Amino acid sequence: MTAIDQNNAAPQMRLGLAKRGYSGVIHHLDADEVNSSLPALELESRLLELGFVEGAKVEVLHEGIVGRDPIAIRIENVTVAVRRREAMAVVVV
Amino acid sequence: MHLALVGTPNSGKTSLFNALTGSRQKVANYPGVTVERKEGFFVTPLGRQASVVDLPGTYSLRGRSPDEEITRDFVLGRAAGESPPDLVLCVADSTNLRLTIRLLLELKQTGRPLMLVLNMFDIATRRGVTVDAPRMSEMLGVPVVTSIAVRKSGTAELLRKTDEIATQAQASPQENLWQPLSVTELRATQREADRIIAATVSLPSRPDTWTARIDAVVLHPVAGLAILGLVLFVMFQAVFAWAQPLMELLSDSFSTLGQFVHQTLPAGLLQSFLQNGVISGVGSVIVFLPQIMIIFLFILLLEDFGYMARAAFLMDRIMGGAGLHGRAFIPLLSSFACAIPGIMATRVIDNRRDRLTTILIAPLMTCSARIPVYTLIISAFIPDQQVWGWVNLRGLVMFGLYAAGIGSALGVSFLIKFFMLRDYAPAPFMLELPDYKLPRLKSIAIGVYTRAKMFLQRAGTTIFSMMVLIWFLASFPQPPVGVEGPAINYSLAAMIGQVLAPLFAPLGFNWQIVVALIPGMAAREVAVAALGTVYAIEGGKEAADQIGQMLATKWSLATALSLLAWYIFAPQCASTLAVIRRETGGTKWMAITFAYMFVLAYAASLVTYNIAVALGAG
Repeated sequence: MTAIDQNNAAPQMRLGLAKRGYSGVIHHLDADEVNSSLPALELESRLLELGFVEGAKVEVLHEGIVGRDPIAIRIENVTVAVRRREAMAVVVV
Repeated sequence: MHLALVGTPNSGKTSLFNALTGSRQKVANYPGVTVERKEGFFVTPLGRQASVVDLPGTYSLRGRSPDEEITRDFVLGRAAGESPPDLVLCVADSTNLRLTIRLLLELKQTGRPLMLVLNMFDIATRRGVTVDAPRMSEMLGVPVVTSIAVRKSGTAELLRKTDEIATQAQASPQENLWQPLSVTELRATQREADRIIAATVSLPSRPDTWTARIDAVVLHPVAGLAILGLVLFVMFQAVFAWAQPLMELLSDSFSTLGQFVHQTLPAGLLQSFLQNGVISGVGSVIVFLPQIMIIFLFILLLEDFGYMARAAFLMDRIMGGAGLHGRAFIPLLSSFACAIPGIMATRVIDNRRDRLTTILIAPLMTCSARIPVYTLIISAFIPDQQVWGWVNLRGLVMFGLYAAGIGSALGVSFLIKFFMLRDYAPAPFMLELPDYKLPRLKSIAIGVYTRAKMFLQRAGTTIFSMMVLIWFLASFPQPPVGVEGPAINYSLAAMIGQVLAPLFAPLGFNWQIVVALIPGMAAREVAVAALGTVYAIEGGKEAADQIGQMLATKWSLATALSLLAWYIFAPQCASTLAVIRRETGGTKWMAITFAYMFVLAYAASLVTYNIAVALGAG
């Protein structure tokens, strides 16, 4: 789950692991190994429709009560709530 | 000409729709599905008659839920029995254009004449967002207008442009080139949208600080939950306390009217029918209009303010513990007003299992139709006292009844998850949290008005015919001449009640209650009117007396509490059952709902009654 792409110099991480206050830029989407109930392609489509595209600025604004889940993410000037499980498909730098 | 409003959720589509059409709205269903079809009418400045349909909100035309399929099919002209729109208005929240511009680029491929409406332009301006609309129009290749749905002249430009498009030949539709987008195309359209926004929109250096400040408290793990609890508590105190003066006014008016009929008409069947059947029957239901309006007022205010999505965020994992999806919160909250829109609102949940669970428990949420029953019994049996200095005891009992409904719903959901849908993987929770906005009062007023109208239509049709039926059952056959005792003891109603009474006797229900439960199947609140009719007729000349006072003398406290417990669970609403059947595509889940709720209701009443009797309230 936490596989880090070694080909790139910048340290990458999955948005699903980010703490409150984290801010970064979306590097790419990788829904293949994510443990979501949605098929990878569908999850990727939905994330794209909510504005999760490469290069977008993201910031983790809030965390839920139980297990710090779900998280509220500011993407550019839109705020979206997702569960950490699905946010794992978003790789950020 | 026919217009269609398309936009992402939270784009202000509905307030624009309300601004354009005012109260000239027609709410129905699309054929074959239970998606609400909202159509309204207006006249353009050049005198053109226009109809506009408010389509369900969507982020794309992929159609992953029945609602979104309607939007897609309507725009493409594929929806059954609908002509394709002459002009599609793509509505955007001007403060938040990213997702809508992407949607618009997708809509362009359908070839329908298209216009982008930059809605809530005043808010954007106030926040320091500037949009170069002419340049945006040029880059997008579609007309762009700004609008302020709440201001009187705010839609002038939109109307003028609509006329212009209607008179021009450019309005002719082009070929539909739309196909479901691949992820590559989705990316490409979003990139294109971002490029256009970068060239035409300048954002303020500081984003909306109010939303951030409010969210810091409202989404705080501890304070957030406390606020949510407080909001719900205030809502239910308001339903009980604020509505009281209005309800008394309505109730007094109806009894005056009944007295007037009583004095004007000669004694006999017609007098009895009008006074006991029609006026006191329908009157005792219409009395609850203020409460229903207050509930909807709260729901619409919270929705417009942007709080509903926050509530879903806060509740997601908590509800997840009971096997529910965070998105189920809004349908379940709507079920407090009525389970029918609540069950219909479960369409936002696209995972079938999550949806099914939500549908099964939605009728356990205390709907407004139960309020008449609760109110009647509470005001008859619970003293109007303050406890702990500031809490109204009646309000507290009401709160307890709501809490019991919520608690049992969570319990049932947990059991469903545990026993029936065991191989269950939670569906994703992905929801936009819109910036907070001051609720638009006109739009709220239209929303409350529409709901009130629907309730009155129901009172005027279903409930009225049930009232006539119950009056008939309670009046015929008439007693033999010269016998003693109330006339109703000889009627059909008494016969039915007495046949079923042994089944309900362990719950402390007398046959009058059993009689009232039967028409109560049409709608829960009918039971109140039915009790009124049954007792009013039995009471003869004192018909106009308050039903509550009558009940207080006829029932024991244990019976009253038992009936309250019954109504928390009772599967007493034929329309809800019908909607469940339609939404789940078969009688199986409807039968399951009926059976489990009946068992719960019976058990709860049995326990309540016996405990109350044991404590000396029998």
